[in-house]
Amino acid sequence: MTSTPPVPALPPPDLPVRRLRHPGRWIAGALVVLVLGLLLWAFAVGKIRWPIVGEFLTAPVILKGFGWTLLITLCALVLGIVLGFAFGMMRLSANPVLRFASWLYVWVFRGTPVLLQLLIWFNIALIFPRLYIPGLVDMKMVEAVTPFVAAVLGLGVNEGSYLTEVVRGGIGSVDRGQVEAANTLGMTPGQTMRRIVLPQTMRLILPVLGNSAVGMLKFSSLAATIAMTEMLNAAQRIYFINGAVIELLFVCAIWYLAGTTVLSIGQYYLERHFGRSAGGRA
Amino acid sequence: MTVAVRTVGIRKRFGDHEVLKGIDLEVSHGEVLCILGPSGSGKSTLLRCINHLEVPDGGYAWVDGQIIGYDLQGDRLHELPVRRLRAQQSQLGMVFQHFNLFAHRTVLGNVIEGPMVVRRLPREAAVKRAMELLDMVGMAEKAGAWPSQLSGGQKQRVAIARALAMEPRVMLFDEPTSALDPELVGEVLEVMRRLAASGTTMIVVTHEIGFAREVADRVVVMIDGEIRESGPAAQVLADPADPRVRSFLGRVLARPSENTTENTQQRG
Repeated sequence: MTSTPPVPALPPPDLPVRRLRHPGRWIAGALVVLVLGLLLWAFAVGKIRWPIVGEFLTAPVILKGFGWTLLITLCALVLGIVLGFAFGMMRLSANPVLRFASWLYVWVFRGTPVLLQLLIWFNIALIFPRLYIPGLVDMKMVEAVTPFVAAVLGLGVNEGSYLTEVVRGGIGSVDRGQVEAANTLGMTPGQTMRRIVLPQTMRLILPVLGNSAVGMLKFSSLAATIAMTEMLNAAQRIYFINGAVIELLFVCAIWYLAGTTVLSIGQYYLERHFGRSAGGRA
Repeated sequence: MTVAVRTVGIRKRFGDHEVLKGIDLEVSHGEVLCILGPSGSGKSTLLRCINHLEVPDGGYAWVDGQIIGYDLQGDRLHELPVRRLRAQQSQLGMVFQHFNLFAHRTVLGNVIEGPMVVRRLPREAAVKRAMELLDMVGMAEKAGAWPSQLSGGQKQRVAIARALAMEPRVMLFDEPTSALDPELVGEVLEVMRRLAASGTTMIVVTHEIGFAREVADRVVVMIDGEIRESGPAAQVLADPADPRVRSFLGRVLARPSENTTENTQQRG
């Protein structure tokens, strides 16, 4: 014999719901707004001559310096990516000599400060007075390695050592089955690398490359120390004369922010392009 | 019937474990051979040695007059340079357990990749042929989809079309339905059934006893790196001579499988 338990009187399903209040969020938000407001006020009444910031923001010297900044960034980034892919693939080579060369490169250039490397590249003429490649180049090293060349070499070679590790990890995380499928279709190692492995590596490492680009834009300011008249160096030259130190540094900050913002937007679209195959189920 | 594939004393060891202990096998043109056996018996490794995804430690595979991976000069086998090995491999269609569709290519892109890059077909011709093949496996409507948008069964059907696009001499299937949800196995087996009926030479490593019984011309059972039983499907499955094969088949047949004809009948 079974007896059904008595059903308690339940409320109807369409009762109004009183949502939980979150007073803590309001307080935290208000505090942050207050702090931001105070900061803004401090800078407004601080000893910054904003008109001077505005005046130099579009000064030809600054713009030209920013142009150099962008050029160094671009060249060093390209060099870094090329080196990163080259040494990253060497690191995964079946040839132990190539693997060792790649390890050595990373060990040296990731293991020393980039500022030090810049200075060494800039002074490389002290070691090799002549740049001599039979049939191609024969010139004095001091003429070959201008501040611009030293900056691109220093920043690019250093970046390449980081990207070597990134590329190695990226290639390593492409599923082994992809390569086997390409092999059974008869694709050569080169075709497999170019058409199957590297495109999938790109998707994995794009976020890192975006970081690299942003970082490179900022690190290019280190070139100021080797007499390269990029933007920061140009700003310094101006404030040594007119004394508007903070104003000119702020001008630089504004341009760097503008540059990194544009790079971030570019990164978003690139990631979307390479990530299109990872869409959800239809 | 003429011989299409022959393996000659293929041996392979991984570390201390001898996976293949000298496998001799023959497959005729148009024949469907199913390789059965418990996990770890070496059947997948044998398949991968035939198309040289694994380099055998001894012995070799022979396909339509060519020794895979080697060039016979005098009394010595010379290892082939990679390009010539790949040219041989492109004649052996391979279907993987985990599909291995190119993740960054659409369904159509997967199928035209080999013909365009390896066989240097113009894009139009490659697309035309690819669409015929996709139609054959029932995936033409999904030509523009990405692999990540497909079910396992759909992926495997695309993978079969991709392998067929190279017009291979032999199709090798490495547990093509083992990674699929049970309800998706049938659609893949159906495509393979049609392929077999069209006279394609097939070597199928599988756990699908029903498929083997129905489609295979011949079945071999591998245990511990050796072929223990070989013969017509009906004979091997019904009356195996080797006691270990009998015990293996007993275990497999006792396990309910959703896609074998006999089980459907039992349940119906």
